[in-house]
Amino acid sequence: MSETVTALNGAVWSKGIATITEAPLQGMITLRGDLSISAIKKAAKTATGMAVPGPGKATVDGDTGLCWMSPDEILVLCPYSQVAETLDKMTAVLAKTHALAVDVSDARAVFQVSGPLARDVMAKLAPVDFSADAFAPGMFRRSRMAQVAAAFWMPDADRFQIVCFRSQSQYMFDLLKVAAQPGSEIQKP
Amino acid sequence: MLILTCPCCGQTGEETEFHAGGEAHLTRFGPGSSDDDFEGYLFMRENPKGVHFERWRHVYGCGKWFHAARCTMTLEVFGTYAAQTTEPPQELRDKISAKRPGWSWGAFS
Ligand SMILES: [Zn+2]
Repeated sequence: MSETVTALNGAVWSKGIATITEAPLQGMITLRGDLSISAIKKAAKTATGMAVPGPGKATVDGDTGLCWMSPDEILVLCPYSQVAETLDKMTAVLAKTHALAVDVSDARAVFQVSGPLARDVMAKLAPVDFSADAFAPGMFRRSRMAQVAAAFWMPDADRFQIVCFRSQSQYMFDLLKVAAQPGSEIQKP
Repeated sequence: MLILTCPCCGQTGEETEFHAGGEAHLTRFGPGSSDDDFEGYLFMRENPKGVHFERWRHVYGCGKWFHAARCTMTLEVFGTYAAQTTEPPQELRDKISAKRPGWSWGAFS
C-alpha cells in the first residue's frame, strides 16, 4: 500500500492574527441524487449515522459528517481509512436508485483557520457575511475565496474548516497567510 | 454590485459568486427554421434601460441555473425564480409593476 500524504504535508503557519493549518487526510464522498428519496437519505445515514442536514447546514462531528452542497448533492465526511468500506456500504444501499457515490478524498485539500480573529481572515477572502449572527457553527457555505471555489463551516466559535481543490492547495495556503498577516486585524479581539 | 439570492439553495451573495448567462426566455430556433427566426435567435437581444430578465448560474455555490429580474439602471434585483420556466411568474411581474408602473420587456408586461 502506498503512503498517502496531504498536498502540503500538514503545513502550519501561526505568525499572524490567526493560525493556518492544513488538516490531516479527510475521507470525502460525494453523494448525488434526489435528496428527498429515502434510499439517498438511508445511504447518508448508513455512512455516518447522521440525518441529512437542510440547505446551508452541515452536521459534523470530528472527521465524520454530512454537508448540504446543493439540492442534489451531499458531501459525506468519514475517516480517511474508512472510505472504501463506507463507499461499499453506501453502494449497497443505492443499488436500485439513480444515484452516484464517489470517493473524492484525494481531489481535495482541507484547511483550518483558528483563533479569535479567524472571522477577520475569512471576511477578507469570501463575499459572505461573517458576522456572528450571520454565520455560525452548524452552517455550511459554498462560495469563492479570492479566485478559487471553496466550501466552509465552523467546527466551533473560533475555527473555520475549509475544503478546496487539492490542485489549489498552495494558492489557498498562501492566500490565508496573506489575509492573516500580522497587524491586519479588522476588529479588536 | 448586484445582490442575488439563489432560489435553488437559498444563499444570498454578491454577483462575483455567480455567473451571468445572458438574456432570459429566448426561444431557440435551430435547423429547419426560417432565416429570420434563426437570425433573431442568434443576434437580436433586448437592451433595456430599466426592467430586465436574465439567466444566472450560482457557479461558486450550488452550481444551479436560475432566472433573475433586475433593473439595469439602479441594479435593484426584483426577484429570482426557477430556471424551469418560459416566462416570469405572475407574482414577480406584479411586484415589478408596483415598482415600475407600465414596464414592458419583450412579450411581457
Ligand atoms: Zn445556489
